[in-house]
Amino acid sequence: MVRLTDIPEIDARHLLDKECPAFEGEPWVEGPPLAERRVAIVTTAGLHRAEERNFELRDVGYRVIPGDIEGAELVMTHSSVNFDRTGFQQDVNVVFPIDRLRALAAAGEVGSVADYHYSVMGAGWLPHEIEATARELAGMLKEDKVNAVLLSPV
Amino acid sequence: MSGLARYFEDEGLATVVISLVREHTERVKPPRAFWVPFQLGRPLGAPDDPAFQTRVLRAALALFSAPAGPVIGDFDEDAPGADPEDYSGWVCPVNLPAPPDGAVAPDSLLAQVRGEIDSLAPWYDLARERRGRTTVGVSGLNIADAAALLTRFLDDPELDSTDPALSAPHAAKFAADDLKAWYFETATARPGASGSAALNDWFWGETAAGRLLLRLSATCRGIDAPVMQWLGHKALVPRTHEHLVP
Repeated sequence: MVRLTDIPEIDARHLLDKECPAFEGEPWVEGPPLAERRVAIVTTAGLHRAEERNFELRDVGYRVIPGDIEGAELVMTHSSVNFDRTGFQQDVNVVFPIDRLRALAAAGEVGSVADYHYSVMGAGWLPHEIEATARELAGMLKEDKVNAVLLSPV
Repeated sequence: MSGLARYFEDEGLATVVISLVREHTERVKPPRAFWVPFQLGRPLGAPDDPAFQTRVLRAALALFSAPAGPVIGDFDEDAPGADPEDYSGWVCPVNLPAPPDGAVAPDSLLAQVRGEIDSLAPWYDLARERRGRTTVGVSGLNIADAAALLTRFLDDPELDSTDPALSAPHAAKFAADDLKAWYFETATARPGASGSAALNDWFWGETAAGRLLLRLSATCRGIDAPVMQWLGHKALVPRTHEHLVP
């Protein structure tokens, strides 16, 4: 079991000290059953195709991950060194569960998988600094008819 | 992560956030969050375990059926074989030479790293072949050249970048990422109960590559420039092992 009480104190203290500003309102979007939803993954793991630009320090941009990508094509250029990368090195799905999502769609549990997924690099910026990128991504996701977004951290 | 969910939902997109730090999620209150008791870096719990990953994903996606929110679901199952403090069941594939007493010149340190790379290369090659991939390569250099760049940077932190699109400190960061990825992919080539703490202790405590990065961290910390402070304090050595920085 890994909780803040289980990890090194220096890491736990750093995480607890992180700024987590409150947001106004409680947005809530209804939708159809999962078997009728079109699902995209958005990850903050700083993933991208190997031939793409690396993420930079405090990068608030995004990278597109095509829906038909092979996980082996993905690399990680996250600026933080304070999380485990050996899991990702062994299996992309432990961070970006694209094969598992495809399997659920093939089994009919999920309606469909998006044509495009997205990656940002979740370090070095405060939540409000990613707002413009988030709203831009939302527009593209809606163009892809996505109505369910799985947000996966690292 | 939870902030992204708030913005997406505000734009009319339903979201589920996988949460690794419940305390953050409780503060930001995304519409639907699914807390998992896994170590940072492994939101789906365990590599190479499709059945377990599917259980996590299925349970997370079930939150799309929640009648109202904000709601936080909990996954109460531990990740198999993933106790990061597990020190048992793993040994380095080869015996690396013990570090010499005292500080050595950068050239000698580079020779030690190259010796390690030569010794470990068959295991790296095996890992790459079995996985059909590698995450090494973000620096654009082969691993020996990445080590050489880091050594030049250690010798002369004012070094100019050879890539006009990338500053020397950023080039050093990506070379360091490659060096670490190469060693860790090699170290996990053989299956075993390899907790990340044991792997980190091995890399930072027993390898010349770790010593190279620790010394580079110390050098950067001594230079009064924001990018060098970032490199020295945050971009090379994890907090759990920065006590080893000389």
